[in-house]
Amino acid sequence: MKLRSMMIGAAVAAVAGMTVVPAIAATPANMLVIANRIDDITTLDPAESFEFAGSDVARNIYSRLVNFDPKDLNAGYGPDLAESWTVSEDGKTITFKMRPGVKFASGNPVTAKDAEYSLRRAIILNKTPSFILTQFGFTPENVNETIKALDDSTFQITTDQRYATSFVLNCLTATIGGIVDSKVVMEHEVNGDMGNEWLRTNTAGSGAYTLGSWKPNESVTLIANPNFYQGEPAMKRVVVRHVQESATQRLMLERGDIDVARNLNPEDIAAVAAEDGIAVDSELRGRLMYISMNQKNPILSNPKVVEAIKYLIDYKGMQDSFLRGQYTIHQAFLPATYLGAIDDTPYSLNVEKAKALLAEAGYPDGFEANIIVREAQERIEIAQSLQNTFAQAGIKINITVGTAKQILGEYRARKHDIYLGAWGPDYPDPNTNAGTFAINPDNSDEAGLTGILAWRNAWDIPEMTKETLAAVVENDRDVRAQMYEKIQREHQATSPFAIMYQKIEQTGRAENVHGLNLGGAITAVSYWNVTK
Amino acid sequence: MTTVSNPTKGRRRSPFYRFAIKTLQTLATIAVTMLGLLFVTFFIGRVMPVDPVLSIVGERASKEIYDNAYRALGLDKPLIVQFFYYLRDVVQGDFGTSLRTGFPVINDIKRVFPATMELATIGTIMGVVIGVPLGVLAAVKRGTWIDQVARVVALIGYSMPVFWIGLIGLLVFYGILGWIGGPGRLDIFYEDLVPQVTGMILIDSALDGNWEVFRNAFSHIVLPASLLGYYSLAYISRMTRSFMLEQLGSEYITTARVKGLSEWNVIWKHAFANIKVPLITVIALSYAGLLEGSVLTEIIFSWPGIGSYITTSLLSADMNAVMGGTVVVGLVFVLLNIFAELLYKFFDPRAT
Repeated sequence: MKLRSMMIGAAVAAVAGMTVVPAIAATPANMLVIANRIDDITTLDPAESFEFAGSDVARNIYSRLVNFDPKDLNAGYGPDLAESWTVSEDGKTITFKMRPGVKFASGNPVTAKDAEYSLRRAIILNKTPSFILTQFGFTPENVNETIKALDDSTFQITTDQRYATSFVLNCLTATIGGIVDSKVVMEHEVNGDMGNEWLRTNTAGSGAYTLGSWKPNESVTLIANPNFYQGEPAMKRVVVRHVQESATQRLMLERGDIDVARNLNPEDIAAVAAEDGIAVDSELRGRLMYISMNQKNPILSNPKVVEAIKYLIDYKGMQDSFLRGQYTIHQAFLPATYLGAIDDTPYSLNVEKAKALLAEAGYPDGFEANIIVREAQERIEIAQSLQNTFAQAGIKINITVGTAKQILGEYRARKHDIYLGAWGPDYPDPNTNAGTFAINPDNSDEAGLTGILAWRNAWDIPEMTKETLAAVVENDRDVRAQMYEKIQREHQATSPFAIMYQKIEQTGRAENVHGLNLGGAITAVSYWNVTK
Repeated sequence: MTTVSNPTKGRRRSPFYRFAIKTLQTLATIAVTMLGLLFVTFFIGRVMPVDPVLSIVGERASKEIYDNAYRALGLDKPLIVQFFYYLRDVVQGDFGTSLRTGFPVINDIKRVFPATMELATIGTIMGVVIGVPLGVLAAVKRGTWIDQVARVVALIGYSMPVFWIGLIGLLVFYGILGWIGGPGRLDIFYEDLVPQVTGMILIDSALDGNWEVFRNAFSHIVLPASLLGYYSLAYISRMTRSFMLEQLGSEYITTARVKGLSEWNVIWKHAFANIKVPLITVIALSYAGLLEGSVLTEIIFSWPGIGSYITTSLLSADMNAVMGGTVVVGLVFVLLNIFAELLYKFFDPRAT
């Protein structure tokens, strides 16, 4: 694989010298053509879809009760199909007023009954992403009481205890919160599957687009929905074509056969950036790169050692060399654009300080430890950089490379010294990361809380767990944001996690295309504001 | 493919009876071959260290969801039972649903196989039309510069990595010169314009009389098909050359020359006539090889063919798709073999 990409690079470089920009063909003015890797789409049913390319499709086809505005993602959630909402005294019941006059692509009106059907359906079907909703206590048995339409325009949900309203509403902006056309879906029900089989390959939403066609591993075509309540989008057709190779995407972009190329590697990005008529956009995504130290290890559980290690990472050096354009320094557990995210970066490479800390900890000559890492190019390169900088303070690092399964297995079994890996948020609320980095209800081996990163590192934090749980029930959005800021600063200072980077996605775009938003760290792409 | 010796030989039977027996034997051979193929693929697929459940539900699914999917796939049953269930469905023409695409496997195959078939057919035609004369020429002009050139051409065809030559081809003919269409089977604006009959766009557009789509499809297929054609040309020309050399060294050729027949007559009427049968086998095998799909060519040219379909399915443990694809490729091999055998009879009266 490596050899192959090297040869491709060589091939491209060989001819790059004689590249004459050809007469650029252009895509039609009302059509947006995108090259992307879309082989991860396995279903289009919003109750089931949990992959990147699938979320991209769902965001443009299914409106939700509340949603992010692509023009201002930092504003957080705002009204979508729900025009307004009120929260009961006890904080458990949220009552939504549906936006009047909105129609599905089929022409059916969007009512509270559809919201009721869609959310109940997501709970009853119980597919992979269902935990995003069931964490509020909804079960197939209680949905008749907890999720209900009071009349055509009033919809109500009741959670099992008090939660921050922003927590609940953020979760409703996820793909699983998509509102389906209950009449159309029920017509396609087979053996009580609530239309799941049909919705995998068909769509019934009220969003900006409807599905024209989906050919797996080939293309997804979206057609503008004339009934879209925010007005029919300018791009009448959006075609996302599956193009695997970066070099191929670059050629198509340079030829003008596509408007946007989403998987260009750094070399190709550099090349297209120099071309007339092509712009390069960088957008932050949700994935974080971090290392974590197992607190079962007697050396690594020493707070001074943990702090020393945080000063032994060449954050800037890596960012400016092999991670250039792909990762940016970020040292807190909430990705930028999440509610409560902070951009403090207290740590940088400081070998002297680290040495002093190690001496204080009683390890003036360093020690030996093992880093486990998955066999992925950039991760191994990071591990090698760590090995190098750690050695400057006398810490001898052995790198163990394994398959994803092996490495995760060891990590979940709490058998590692230091783990190097990535974490991506599951849903657009700070709790998605706080609930794993900063919570550990039971640190015993028997608890087996393998889904929780703090547990995997045997980091026992009764106080911080309480703080994190308190943030989950704080109803004032601003106060809640401040709580997360505080938790993150404490986390930065004391946790055995050294969060290093946040992912950047770089996109090549024809200059005449405007208004494309990839969704940042928090949501998926939106096409409806695109103009040419 | 073997021709089982006819047990009724010697006894006088009606031609119809013999034909029926022959057909039954052929069908039995197909059935046994396919059963063996299914069996092997199924068990290799099940012992592979990839978890099909994980690829459906994802890494972060709860235990309960995982278990539900596990049961829904029937993985809790003994292997042999699973195999019989699968066999039962296949006999009814149901290859199951692909985990990766969510579509019935048979629909996926209807989509990807014609794409490969179109490519392979054009490639093979090119390979035959150029490769056979080149091979004959190289044999006749053995040792001359013509033979050397033919050898170099074939060697390059063999040894050039397809992804490299494919990318260079794209860069030059598409990127720089703009003579041909880019990756994919059609420009995006031409997609879904002609009704799908065979799934092969060249044929469908011709049937529809939509020559604009035809031209566009041709501009897209010409480069990948040429690459495959070049590969098959290399193979066919080398084999033709060696078959021809064998014939040209035989005594009957000398006799024919002594008789004063024209060189053209000697080469084509005598020598070439005798290599038709082995050549058919070579061409059929080369065609079958291309019909398996060429993964790298498909990736470079974003060609949605069966090669990349089976490969990506295999990597995500989508066994229904892998088995379905394998069965189709296997069937194609068997059918091409039978077809080749029929052609033997046509060209060689001695074959029974």
